[in-house]
Amino acid sequence: MERDLVIIGGGPAGLAAAIEAKEKGIDDILIIERDKSLGGILNQCIHNGFGLHIFGEQLTGPEYADRFIKKALDLGIEYCLNTMVLNMSKDKTITVLNEKEGLFNIKAKAIICAMGCRERTRGALNIPGTRPSGVFTAGAAQRFINMEGYNVGKEVVILGSGDIGLIMARRMTLEGSKVKMVLEIMPYSTGLKRNIVQCLDDFDIPLKFNYTVVKIHGRERLEGVTIAKVDENRKPIAETFEYVKCDTLLLSVGLIPENELSREAGVEIDRVTSGPIVTEAMQTSIDGIFACGNVVHVHDLVDFVTMESRLAGRMAAKYIKGQLKKDEEVINTKGIDGIRYVVPHKINPENVEDNVNFFMRVDNVYKNVIIYAEHDGQVIYKAKKSMVSPGEMESIKIKKDVFQNIKSGEIKFGLRRA
Amino acid sequence: MYDVAVIGAGITGACIVRELSKYDLKTIVIEGSYDIANGATKANSGIVHAGYDAKEGTLKAKLNVLGNKMYKDLCSELNVPYKNNGSLVIAFDDEEMKTLDVLLKRGLKNGVEGLEIIDKNTLLSLEPNISDKAKGALYAKSAGIVSPYELAVALCENAYLNGAEFIFDAKVTNIVKEKEKFIISTSKGEIISNFLVNAAGINADEINKMLGGQKFSIIPRRGEYCLLDKSQGNIVNRVIFNTPTEKGKGILVTPTTHGNLLLGPNAHVIEDKLDISTTDFGLEEVIEGAKKSVKNINLREIITSFSGVRATPSTGDFIIDVPVRGAGNVAGIESPGLTSAPAIASMVLELLEKEGLSLNFKSDFKKGRILSKRFIDMNDDEKKIALEKDRRYGKIICRCEQITEGDIVNAINCPLGAKTVDGVKKRLRAGMGRCQGGFCMPRVVEILSRELKTEPENILKAESGSYILTGKTK
Repeated sequence: MERDLVIIGGGPAGLAAAIEAKEKGIDDILIIERDKSLGGILNQCIHNGFGLHIFGEQLTGPEYADRFIKKALDLGIEYCLNTMVLNMSKDKTITVLNEKEGLFNIKAKAIICAMGCRERTRGALNIPGTRPSGVFTAGAAQRFINMEGYNVGKEVVILGSGDIGLIMARRMTLEGSKVKMVLEIMPYSTGLKRNIVQCLDDFDIPLKFNYTVVKIHGRERLEGVTIAKVDENRKPIAETFEYVKCDTLLLSVGLIPENELSREAGVEIDRVTSGPIVTEAMQTSIDGIFACGNVVHVHDLVDFVTMESRLAGRMAAKYIKGQLKKDEEVINTKGIDGIRYVVPHKINPENVEDNVNFFMRVDNVYKNVIIYAEHDGQVIYKAKKSMVSPGEMESIKIKKDVFQNIKSGEIKFGLRRA
Repeated sequence: MYDVAVIGAGITGACIVRELSKYDLKTIVIEGSYDIANGATKANSGIVHAGYDAKEGTLKAKLNVLGNKMYKDLCSELNVPYKNNGSLVIAFDDEEMKTLDVLLKRGLKNGVEGLEIIDKNTLLSLEPNISDKAKGALYAKSAGIVSPYELAVALCENAYLNGAEFIFDAKVTNIVKEKEKFIISTSKGEIISNFLVNAAGINADEINKMLGGQKFSIIPRRGEYCLLDKSQGNIVNRVIFNTPTEKGKGILVTPTTHGNLLLGPNAHVIEDKLDISTTDFGLEEVIEGAKKSVKNINLREIITSFSGVRATPSTGDFIIDVPVRGAGNVAGIESPGLTSAPAIASMVLELLEKEGLSLNFKSDFKKGRILSKRFIDMNDDEKKIALEKDRRYGKIICRCEQITEGDIVNAINCPLGAKTVDGVKKRLRAGMGRCQGGFCMPRVVEILSRELKTEPENILKAESGSYILTGKTK
C-alpha cells in the first residue's frame, strides 16, 4: 500500500497534524491508532482544564478530543483503529498489524510520529520491597477508574506530584477512597500549580516535599509503604523513616516519550527529552519523518501539543509538495544556565513562517528571572518572569526577521537574575 | 489413587514429572501456589552453568555437567528459549588469575568441555565492554542461558499431554504412610499415592520432616536482581561472572534469552523463607558488583528489580535420597540446580525404580507442548495461518513485547493455562517490557475476566489475596 502521509497515533498530536495537513492540500492521509478509539489519553482525562489557549474555554479531555475527531471526520480523513505499527524504517515503510487486514506494509511519502509517551514505573525508580498488587502508575489507575469503571483501592499514597497523580488524588477521593498523602522527592512540584490547588488543597490532601517511598510492604496485596524525608542529594534520611498503612500506591513520577519506532528507524534522539531532535519544521533527522506532541518532549498543556502538531502537519504537507527547503545550513539551539532543553533543536531560517515558537523547561524553581536568547554574544530576545518552575513549560516566540541576520551558529537560551 | 505424587511444580518437579510421564504411570503434581514456577524458578539467573564451580565428587558437580549436556535437545524439543552463548569468569589481579587456574583444573576433573583461560586482549575482543581493569578470564564455551520459568511451564505441559495431572493452590499439611501407600493431606483434600517425590524447594525440609526422613534443613538465601531494558541487552554477549570468593559466585551480568540485561544476584541468608523483597543496600550491592566487571551499563534503563529465595541445603550438596521407603527427597537444589534439573530427574527415576516403581515405556508418548508459539515469534506463513484461524492475533495488547489478544486468549484457555495476570506474563511476557504493564495490565485483566467468566474484581495478580480492583466505581 502506498500513502502520501501516514500519521502514527490518533491522539491530540496526530489529529491536529492530520487536520492541518489536509487543510494544506494533502488528500491521501492515514491515521493509525492502536487503541479502540481516536483521542488518545484525553479519553481517560475526564476532568476539565483543557483548551484555554486554543478555544478560550475550559473543556474536559474527551470534549477537547471530540472537537478534533469531528473535524477530522468532516474532512474525510481516513483512520484505522486497534492497529499497531510494529516497525518503521528509514525509507518510510511501516509494518502494520490489525484484526481486519492482518499484517501489511505501507510505504509513505512522509510520516508524522505522534505516539505520545508512557509513564515511568516503579522499576525505573528501583523502589525496594515486595512486589504485591496495588502498585499502579497513575495513568493505569485512571484507565481502570474512568474507562473500565472499577476502583483500584481504598487507602492511597501517591508518589510524585506529576499532573496525572494530582488529578488522580482528587478522582479517587471523589470515589470514596482515602488519599493519605502525595509525596514529592523534589522541593517543588512537577505538576501544574492549578492542579495542586484544585486537586489537593481543596480536598485537604497533604503534599509533602522532599519525601519519597523507600520500601514497599505486603506479600499479596500492598499493605503499606515506608516513607522518608530526603536530604539535599535526594538520599533518604534514616531517622525520618515512617510506616504508612495503605493498600494502593500510585506512581506519578514522570513520562517518557515512546520512541521505540523512531529509534529502530534510526531517528536521532535527544538524551534530555528522550524525543527526536527536530527542526523548525518538526522534521526529525530522517528526511520526511516528522514528529510532534509528547513523543518529542513532554508538554504541560495539550493546547501546546496542538500548536506544535499543526506546525508539523503544515510542514509535512510542504514536504510532500516539495516546498520544504533542505537543511543545508542551520542554526542550532541549546539550553544553558537553568534551561534543561530547547525544542526545536535546529532552525533553517528559510522555512520559518512568521515566527518560531521555542518550548523549553527549567531545571529548578526560580523567582524574578530573565529568560534570554543569545547568538554569538548578542542578545536576540529577553523576557522577565516573576517565577519559572520545572512543572510548567516555557515558550518563547522569536520573529522571523531576527533570523534574517543569522544563518548559522548557535542560539543559547538561559536564565539570569532580573 | 496415583502411582507417583510429585510435590512442587518448580523446575525440579517439572523435570521429574515430565520424565515420569514417559512411562505407564498415573502421576500427579501437587503445587502449593497458583501456578507452575512460582518460587525460585521464576526468580533466578537463568544460567546453564558449565560445571567448574562445584567440587569434584559432589552431586552438584556430576549433575551440573550431565544436565548442561541435556539442555540443547530439551529446549529445542519443547520450543523454549535457550542459547549456548558461553560464560566468562573475569579476574582482576594475580590472585584471581590463580583462582581461575583452580577453576579450570576443577572443571576438567568434573568433565567440562570447552574450557580455557584467555588473556586480556582476547577477552576484550570477545567482550569490548568488560572493565579495563580485567586481567584475563576463564572462558567456558558450554555455558548458556535459558528462560527457566518458560522451561518449567513447557515441561509440565508436555507431562500433561502425556497424562500427568496437576493440582494447584494445594498446600501439603500432613503425610501419613499406611500399608505401603502415602496419604497426603492438602488444603484441597487428600491424595493417595504409592510413591512420592519431595521437590518442594524452599519447603523441602518440612516435607522431609512429615516423611520422617533424616533431619536436614533448608536455609533460605535470598538473591536480588535488576533487569534492564532490551536497549542494554547487547552490552555483553556472554554470561559475565566475577571471580568467586569464599562468599560465593558473586554478581553476574548476562543477556537474557529475550534480549534484556540481567544483573545479580547477591546472597543473603534470611529468616523468613517467604520474604522475596528487595532492599536498598541489596540492589546497590548488585549494581556495584555489575559495574565492577562491565562498563557502559546505562542504569537509567532498569525496568524492574526482584528477588528469589534459593534453597541452600545444610549439608552443602544436593540432597537426593530416600527418607522413607517409596519416597524420594530432591532437596537443597540451589545453584546449579536449574542446570542440573534434567539430570536430577533421570537420577530420581533410577532411585524410584530401586524403590520398586516399575517403569514401562509408553508407546504413545507425545512430544511437544501445549502453548503454541507467540504470534511475534511466528514466521510470515505461520502468522497468516494464525490470523485466518483467529483474527484476534491481529490485535496487539502488550505494546512493549508485542503480544496479541489471540496469544493471551490461547494462553488462558489452554490446559494448564494462565489464571492470573502474572500467569499471562510468565507464559507470554505480556507486561514484562519497559512499561511494566502500565498500558496492557487493564486490558489483560479485562481479557482474563472475560475468558474465565468471572468479575474483574476476582482477577488476581499472582496468589490468593493479590486482588487488583476493589469494586465498581460509583
